[in-house]
Amino acid sequence: MSRSAQREGSPVNDGAPRKLRIATTSLAGCFGCHMSFLDIDEKLFDLLRHVEFDRTPLTDIKHCGPCDIGVVEGGICNAENVHVLREFRRNCKILVAIGACALNGGLPAQRNHVDLGACLQEVYLTEPGLARGCMPNDPELPLPLDKVHPLHEVVKVDYSIPGCPPPAEAIWSFFADVIAGRTPHLGHGLIHYD
Amino acid sequence: MAIDPVSRVEGHGKVTILLDADDRVHQVRLHIVEFRGFEKFVQGRPYWELPVMVQRLCGICPVSHHLAAAKALDVVVGAPKLTPTAEKVRRLMHYGQILQSHALHFFHLASPDLLFGFDSDVGRRNIVGVAAEHPEIARRGVLLRKYGQEVIRVTAGKRVHGTGAIPGGVNKALTEVERSTLLADAYQMIAWARDAVALVKKLHLSNVALYNSFGAFRSNMLSLVAPDGGLDLYHGALRARDAAGTILFDQMSYDRYWDRITEEVKPWSYMKFPFLRELGPEAGWYKVGPLARVQNCDHIPTPFADAERREFVDFGGGQPVHATLAYHWARMIEMLFAAEEIKELLHDDDLLGDDLVVTGERHRRGVGVIEAPRGTLIHHYRLNNNDQVLRANLIVSTTHNNQALNEAIRQVAKRYLDGRKLTEGLLNHVEVAIRAFDPCLSCATHALGKMPLAVELVDAEGKTIDALTS
Ligand code: SF4
Repeated sequence: MSRSAQREGSPVNDGAPRKLRIATTSLAGCFGCHMSFLDIDEKLFDLLRHVEFDRTPLTDIKHCGPCDIGVVEGGICNAENVHVLREFRRNCKILVAIGACALNGGLPAQRNHVDLGACLQEVYLTEPGLARGCMPNDPELPLPLDKVHPLHEVVKVDYSIPGCPPPAEAIWSFFADVIAGRTPHLGHGLIHYD
Repeated sequence: MAIDPVSRVEGHGKVTILLDADDRVHQVRLHIVEFRGFEKFVQGRPYWELPVMVQRLCGICPVSHHLAAAKALDVVVGAPKLTPTAEKVRRLMHYGQILQSHALHFFHLASPDLLFGFDSDVGRRNIVGVAAEHPEIARRGVLLRKYGQEVIRVTAGKRVHGTGAIPGGVNKALTEVERSTLLADAYQMIAWARDAVALVKKLHLSNVALYNSFGAFRSNMLSLVAPDGGLDLYHGALRARDAAGTILFDQMSYDRYWDRITEEVKPWSYMKFPFLRELGPEAGWYKVGPLARVQNCDHIPTPFADAERREFVDFGGGQPVHATLAYHWARMIEMLFAAEEIKELLHDDDLLGDDLVVTGERHRRGVGVIEAPRGTLIHHYRLNNNDQVLRANLIVSTTHNNQALNEAIRQVAKRYLDGRKLTEGLLNHVEVAIRAFDPCLSCATHALGKMPLAVELVDAEGKTIDALTS
């Protein structure tokens, strides 16, 4: 199916203002930030009156097309993450880093103080429970980076929503601001780091 | 041939289909492309950090990791038996997790395929499409998930990545207000869960030929069962059956799981391949999760879910059901069980108690096993005398299902691959099969990387003859 055909199929909005197009993805994240997004619960249906989804874990669109907002969860841990992040930056007018992993690498960045080779060895070669160990090295596997990086080290990030994950109210407040044409602003109580 | 990325599958994967000299499907490889190194970087951390650290493996079923780690550490702090309050608060948390995760898996991720058809318009085949055409189904899916998330919030402090379970117990019980608020909606959830079973059953029965055969394969099955053989997703001992349903071993304490289960590594995936030691790698692989559990147990301790289980078993006609799409049916039976179990627990005054933590003789090793939404989850830790983690080994649900996933994809590829050309249809059929098991490849990649699905077709000479990423 062609790209343009994929982009149809969203409900027609007769005369209503154009819907904002949103793409989301998880790089080296746990999907907890996406879960917090879904934690807006029934407000999802309100949101759907104003937005349509491009590539997200909920749709079958594999590559992000031109979008108003790109939301990225997770830091960068391999070559493929870099590629996807650049695709998002190219296509999205506003790029939002969501959650501790995207902002500073988060928990996966804990591996930054250990040697990647030693780490792989221990998991795949010397772990005692293994019947037969070997090092995964197939060309299909994207090259891991020696360190996990936050998004802003690779692309320009427009907004950051902190938290692990950020509370659903913070995510909702962000979208409500953008939909209303206001500059997004997280008030007191919506900025969490836990 | 490679599918990349697998969408509506949380986590990241790639598929290669290898052909033989006659261009028949010879092997498929689901590559898990992310490696995170959790086992390594938890080393040296104080053990009490583990329950809050390891749940960051997976934001979809964080409670499972939170509790599996806590259970392993109960052993470490000498509290294999908790206070009634602690045990019941944890159980409530876990069944909240099962409810929310099963609702998400079925309604948000899988139902678009089943309601609209595997080949239907990509623009519609998602939860937004379901909301437009079946608003009541979508609404109930969202509200069932919300309820499960609320149960988690009340017991763990936060909906995602809470802190409720601690080694030896929990850090909070319920208040009367929390209990009565949850109880007010519990009966509605049971009613909707019953309707969800009816819906999935109707879908299955409306196209039995397709549902029974799609990606079907025979395999062993593994899960925890209660001492009386009943379904218990929080605690129990290991039971395995072969493909014909004959018990291979039963009531095996999981403390020494490695006597029964071992793993091998293949160079094309970061996800390991576990198998039952006594049967070896060729014959010893198995499936875990709803389809295994509902058939592995002898009964379900709640009435509506048990009635559904019996109907499911009857549908198999004396043989275990090995249909990949029957995972959804079994999943909804478990969601109903979770809803009934939550209601039962909420009626128990122990939830309001104040005796929260037990301590005893310190040990240096602990194994914790739980039935996570997608299957058996094993956490195993060794500590030094300074309370630091020496070693960690985690075998997550998706990893147990690794060979099973590859097998389901192989069946689909054999049936839907036409010659030497990859089509959109095939790609989505492969994804439908993966989604039946697991929208959660995130977990399995705990080990660095990520899973979008790319399919690549490789001929007998090892030459890539087609590739598709839609
Ligand atoms: S910030 Fe937290 S919730 Fe979000 S992806 Fe990272 S670990 Fe998961």
